[in-house]
Amino acid sequence: MFKRSILPVLAVLGVIIALWYATCIPMNAAWTIQQLERSGETMTTTEHIVDSWSQERPRLPAPHQVAAELWDTTVMKSVTSKKSLVYHGWITLSATLLGFGIGTTLGVLLAIGIVHSRTMDMSVMPWAIVSQTIPIIAIAPMIIVVLYSVGVQGLLPKAVISAYLSFFPVVVGMVKGLRSPDAMQLDLLRTYSASNAQRLWLLRLPASVPYLFASLKIGVAASLVGAIVGELPTGAVRGLGARLLAGSYYGQTVQIWSALFAAAILAAGLVILVGLIERMTLRKMGERP
Amino acid sequence: MIISAKNLDLTFQTNDGPVHALKDVNLEIEKGEFVSFIGPSGCGKTTFLRCIAGLEQPTGGQISVNGMTPDEARKARAYGYVFQAAGLYPWRTIGGNIKLPLEIMGFSKAEQAERVARVMELVDLSGFEKKFPWQLSGGMQQRASIARALAFDADILLMDEPFGALDEIVRDHLNEQLLALWARTEKTIGFVTHSIPEAVYLSTKIVVMSPRPGRITDVIDSPLPRERPLDIRDSKEFIEIAHRVRDGLRAGHQGDV
Amino acid sequence: MIYIVGALILWAMGWGLNARLANGPHAKRRTVQIAVPVIFGVTILLIWELIVRGLSVPLVILPPPSMIAATFGQSLPILWADFVQTFVKGALSGFFIGGLAAFLLAIVVDRYDFLRRGLLPVGNFMAALPIVGTAPILVMWFGFDWQSKAAVVVVMVFFPILVNTVAGLRDTSDMQRDLMRTYGASYGQTLFKLRLPAAMPFIFNGLKIATTLALVGAIVAEFFGSPTLGMGFRISTSVGQLALDMVWAEIVVAALAGSFFYGAIALIEKGVTFWHPSQRT
Repeated sequence: MFKRSILPVLAVLGVIIALWYATCIPMNAAWTIQQLERSGETMTTTEHIVDSWSQERPRLPAPHQVAAELWDTTVMKSVTSKKSLVYHGWITLSATLLGFGIGTTLGVLLAIGIVHSRTMDMSVMPWAIVSQTIPIIAIAPMIIVVLYSVGVQGLLPKAVISAYLSFFPVVVGMVKGLRSPDAMQLDLLRTYSASNAQRLWLLRLPASVPYLFASLKIGVAASLVGAIVGELPTGAVRGLGARLLAGSYYGQTVQIWSALFAAAILAAGLVILVGLIERMTLRKMGERP
Repeated sequence: MIISAKNLDLTFQTNDGPVHALKDVNLEIEKGEFVSFIGPSGCGKTTFLRCIAGLEQPTGGQISVNGMTPDEARKARAYGYVFQAAGLYPWRTIGGNIKLPLEIMGFSKAEQAERVARVMELVDLSGFEKKFPWQLSGGMQQRASIARALAFDADILLMDEPFGALDEIVRDHLNEQLLALWARTEKTIGFVTHSIPEAVYLSTKIVVMSPRPGRITDVIDSPLPRERPLDIRDSKEFIEIAHRVRDGLRAGHQGDV
Repeated sequence: MIYIVGALILWAMGWGLNARLANGPHAKRRTVQIAVPVIFGVTILLIWELIVRGLSVPLVILPPPSMIAATFGQSLPILWADFVQTFVKGALSGFFIGGLAAFLLAIVVDRYDFLRRGLLPVGNFMAALPIVGTAPILVMWFGFDWQSKAAVVVVMVFFPILVNTVAGLRDTSDMQRDLMRTYGASYGQTLFKLRLPAAMPFIFNGLKIATTLALVGAIVAEFFGSPTLGMGFRISTSVGQLALDMVWAEIVVAALAGSFFYGAIALIEKGVTFWHPSQRT
C-alpha cells in the first residue's frame, strides 16, 4: 500500500518542492544583483541562494515562506481579524456554499422538469448543453455591479455567480442520471401501473444518485471559482479573491501565494467532502465497496 | 515434435492465497495435429494455451515450441493467436485489422496487400475489406480475427474458445470452415473449447483437463478420418469418443460432488 | 402595461407552439429539433425586450436585446480587436502549448509506472483546484500583454488534458495488449498502433473540457491587468462605466467564441474517433 501508492506521490511532491526552491534562485537573484550593483557590495554564491529564499517581496516566494505566511495568518491570528485567512476563507466559503445550494436545488428541479416534459426537454436542454461550452464567468462582474446598483451587496451577488456556475453541470448530469434506468426497469414499473411520481421516486431518483454526485463534484469546484472571481471586480476587501487582488496591487507575492493555497485547500476540502458523502450514500444504497 | 511440455507447473499468487492453475502437465503435439483442450472452467486449459504462447510464465517444468522457449517463439512470430472475442480494432477497417500484424512485422506494402487478399479469401470474407468491424456480424468478425492470425503464415495456430460467444448455427458453419482451412494450410492447431461435440468434431487429439489443481486427466487420439462432413457427428465412432470425453470430465469432477 | 401583457401572450404563444411541435408527430425530425430551441430562444429575447421597455428598466441594470445588437453592430472593430487579443493570442496559443505539453508528459508518465502512480493523484487533485487564482502571479511574471494570458491558459488546460490522456492510454483491454504481445510488438508499435488510437476519445474529452477553461482563463486573467484591449479588459472597464450594452456585446462574443471553439474540437473528434460507439449514431 505504502510502496505502491503513497511513496510515488510523496516522491513527486518532493521533486516539485525541490524544483520550486531551485526556480526561486534565478527568479529572485536578479533583483538582488541589481541592488548590489547600486551599492557596490558583493555576495558569495551561497549568500545569493540564501537571499533568494528569504526576500520580503520575491518574484517567487520559497515554499517555507508561503507555509510560514499560511501558518501566521491562520493559526496565529484570531479568526475575526482582517488579517486572518480563516476569516477571508469563511467569507468566500459561505458565498460558495449558499450559491452551490441554490444552484444544485434549481438544477435538480429543472432536470426533473426536463425529464417529464418533452416541450421543456426540447426547448431548454440544447441551451443547457451549449451553456457548458461558453465562459459564463464573463458575466460575473456585471452581476456584481447590477445587483449593487439595485442595493444588493455582500454575500448574495457572489452566491448568485456561484449558483449560476454550478447550475448547468447539475442540470446536464441530473438529466443523464434520471434517464439512466433502462427500458426493462421502466417497463417493470409500467406493469405495476405505477404513477409518474412513483416512477420518479422509486426508480429515476435513486438511479440518478451516482450521476448527481459526479456533477456535484464539478459544481462545487465551479462554485468556489465563481465566488473568488465574484470578489475581483468590485474592489471587495474581504474574501480570498480580494486577497489575491490586493496582493497583486501591492506586489505582496507571499500574500498572493498563501491566498492561492488557501483557495486550493478549500477546493480540495469541498471536493473531498462531496466524495465522502457520495461514498456514504452509495454504500447505504447497497453499492459494492 | 512441435510443442512439448514436461512436468509443467504454474501457481498464481492471489489475495486468497496461491492458486494451482497447472500441475504436472505433460503433453506432446506433433506437426499438423489438431489438438483440443476441453474441461470445466478453472481447469487451466486457457492458461496452458497462454503458456505455449509465452503470455504466462510457468513456475516449474519445461515447455518448448519449435525447439525454442515460448518467449523466443513469440518473438520469432511462430504462432497466430485467436482470442475468445474477435478484438478487432474499431478504428481500422477489416483489411486494416488483418494488415496490423504485417505492419508490425515489417512486410512490404505490396506483400501486405497480397496477403490480406489471400487470407480474406481463405475465411470467405472477400469484398468486406473496406468495412469497419462494427458493420459486421459476430461470426464475420471472428472470421476476420482468424484471418488476422493467419496473415503472417505462422506454422502454429492457437485458438482460445474462438467460437464460444457465437450461436450454434454460426458455430457449426465456422467449425466446418476451420476444418477445411486446416486441411488446406496443414497448420498445427491448439484449440480450447468447453463444447464436447466441437472438440470431437474438430480434433485429431483431445486433451481432457480438470480443475483444482488444473491437470490433464485423459488424452484421446481420435480415430475419425481427416475428412469430416457435419453428419459425421451422428456416427457410432463419434458418439463413442464423445462418451469417453464425458467420462473423463466426470472423473475429474468426482471430488466436487 | 401593454408591453407586459404582450410579453405574457408571447410566452403563452411560444410555449404553446413548442408544446405542439414537441408532442406532435414530427418531433423526431431534425428541423423540428432545431426549431424548438430556436423558438424558445427567440421568445425569451422578445420577452426580455418587451419587459425591459414595459417596466422601463434602467439601462444600467438590463439593456434590451435590440440595444445590445445595435452596440454589437456599431462596435465590430473594437470587438474584433478584443477577440483577437483575448482569444487568438491568449486562449488559442495557451491551449496549444498547454495541450501539447500535457500530451507529451502523459506519454512519459504512462511509460513509467512509478511516475504514473505519483503524478496522477497530484494531477487529478490539481484539475479540481481553482487554478484561475494563479492569474495575478502569472500577470506579474509575464507582463500585461497576451503572454501572461497564454500562461494562465497553459496552466488551466494542462491538468485536464494530462489526466484524460493518461487515463486513455491505459484504456486498452488485456486481450488487445496480449494480441500485440503475440506479435512480439515493440513499445513504440504498441503505442502508435494500439494505445494512442484507443486513447483518442479520452484525449478529445480532455480537449473539450479545456476549450471552455481556456476562454475562462484568458478572460479572468485580464481582470488582473491587461493592455487597453481584450474581452476581459472591456468587460471590467465597461462595467465600471455602467455601459452594460457593451458588456453584453462582449458576452455575446465570448459565447460565440466558446461555442465555435468547442464545436470545432467536436468536429475534429468526430473525424478522428468515428469508430467509437458514442459517435456512431
